[in-house]
Amino acid sequence: MSKIQQHFYDIGYLDTLSDQDTPVHRLDPRAKLVTTMVFITAVVSFSKYEISALIPYVLYPVFLLAAGNLPPGYILRKILLVSPFAVLVGIFNPLLDQDIIMRVGGLSISGGWVSFGSILIRFTLTVGAAMILVAVTGFNALCLAMEKLGAPRFFAIQLLFLYRYLFVLMEEAINMIRARSLRVFNGKGMGVAVYGSMLGHLLLRTMDRAQRIHSAMWCRGFDGSIRIMKPLSMGRKEFGFMLGWITIFVVLRFVNLPRLVGAGILEIMH
Amino acid sequence: MADALISPAVGGAAWAATAGLVGFSSRRLREDLDDQRVPLMGVMGAFIFAAQMINFTIPATGSSGHLGGGLILAILLGPYAAFLTLASVLTVQALFFADGGLLALGCNIFNLGFFPCFIAYPLIYRKIAGDHQIRWRVISGALIAAVVGLQLGSLGVVLETVLSGISELSFRAFLLLMQPIHLAIGLMEGIATAAVVLFVVKARPEVLEGAVRPVVREPVTLRRFAAAFLAAAVILGAGLSWFTSTHPDGLEWSISKAAGIEELRPVEENLHRSLGDLQGKTAILPDYGFKVEDHQGADGTAENGPGWPAVDVGTSVSGLLGGALTLLLAGAVGLFLRRGRTGH
Repeated sequence: MSKIQQHFYDIGYLDTLSDQDTPVHRLDPRAKLVTTMVFITAVVSFSKYEISALIPYVLYPVFLLAAGNLPPGYILRKILLVSPFAVLVGIFNPLLDQDIIMRVGGLSISGGWVSFGSILIRFTLTVGAAMILVAVTGFNALCLAMEKLGAPRFFAIQLLFLYRYLFVLMEEAINMIRARSLRVFNGKGMGVAVYGSMLGHLLLRTMDRAQRIHSAMWCRGFDGSIRIMKPLSMGRKEFGFMLGWITIFVVLRFVNLPRLVGAGILEIMH
Repeated sequence: MADALISPAVGGAAWAATAGLVGFSSRRLREDLDDQRVPLMGVMGAFIFAAQMINFTIPATGSSGHLGGGLILAILLGPYAAFLTLASVLTVQALFFADGGLLALGCNIFNLGFFPCFIAYPLIYRKIAGDHQIRWRVISGALIAAVVGLQLGSLGVVLETVLSGISELSFRAFLLLMQPIHLAIGLMEGIATAAVVLFVVKARPEVLEGAVRPVVREPVTLRRFAAAFLAAAVILGAGLSWFTSTHPDGLEWSISKAAGIEELRPVEENLHRSLGDLQGKTAILPDYGFKVEDHQGADGTAENGPGWPAVDVGTSVSGLLGGALTLLLAGAVGLFLRRGRTGH
């Protein structure tokens, strides 16, 4: 119960973070969306045994965290808590792939552990980047960017509506859950019969709400599209941001920086 | 499906297919020009979130289930609106709950949206449940449709994961892991869906009639949908087979590929060959392990010295190209759809 509420307020917090005024927040959302997509594509394009070349990519989320004035602890905690799917599937790798491909000192490391490590790094980078994107852009601006980049307008409007009523309906659901849990003894009443009418009532209320919203919008001249009063402009800063980062991603894709640095250090030590 | 387990080619291909379906569904809805749908869909998306928070317990098992969303949305809104609504729900989940990820979003929308909305609902639920008047037909229809939808969806996850080659799980092992879990989830979803539908039938039956009405113009709809799906399938197939065809030949192939890209020039020929490959592949699908033979990787690394493991150069480059190409295709589909719409 309290966990549900926690989750719920967490979404609000991510959006609160987007309501800041830093240079990164001021960038056009399209630039951030495109750059983040290129980032994710670059990260997942590596071979499954890659670890070292992936590491420099941390630069991008770290930069956004710093320049966007985001609390790193919060983002890290969220990454650790969510989506165990990748980790659960990845944990089979060490069991299935036991060929030794690497020796560090006296320790032999199997391919499975290396690829599992690679999955964890990918997971952290991609999930982190997506969450940071929301925190430095805000959901409404992201929807606008998607529409401008070619997503059907209908879909963008749908996203905006969904987001607007998400909080309202989740609050209603929390109230219902609380009301039910106060009336349930010995698990009686948690069954599907009560559930059906509970959810059914929520559904009917939801539909009535949609009807009211529609009437209200109709009165205000709604014609099937939403106009957003936020000017978008791709200026020099935006192109600089995009080109700069994309260049870095491409270079890092083909140059294994940690290995070069490591080799350099070894050379000097010799 | 998660970003960490996906390859750019698979992610890009699924993005292209999903972008096509989203564009197609939006256009269908615009043609209906029922602007009352707009707030209804938005609020229904939020409803799915709220509904996922409420669960019920299954007697005697101690486990609990909740509504997944795809099937109930299709029943209440019709397939096109339901697909878009579900796509928006999954987008919000990807962004705020970090469920899956942005590149895997295409896969997730396809797995969780396409199968329940365009397969399970029209082909199974509607055929069995009819006009929702008979109780046992609603229950059995919801159960079967939910189970089939989720089985297909989890099959999608397995195929995408195995084709991406990041996980070591073989096709068969992963299938055995995923399908039974999703059988249970499907049954829960079926029970929850039936419970809500039965309540609505009793409390406000006109809501359901409203959903069934727009489907009357079936012949046109079906043909156009088939055409769009065919296009999506061709894109998906070309993307996937292009990628998979790099696997069986292993080291030699990837090195030759990395050396030159002259093979890419004749696009039609390449596509043709890819489709041929796909056909061959689907025929041997049951016996084919799909496992990426990467054991040669160790040797390849040793031979080629520093840099990243040589065996992966070819596949990665081709994967990147495939991803870029499919993303371009997705963009082209989007642009094309936008053109078409402004011309309306």
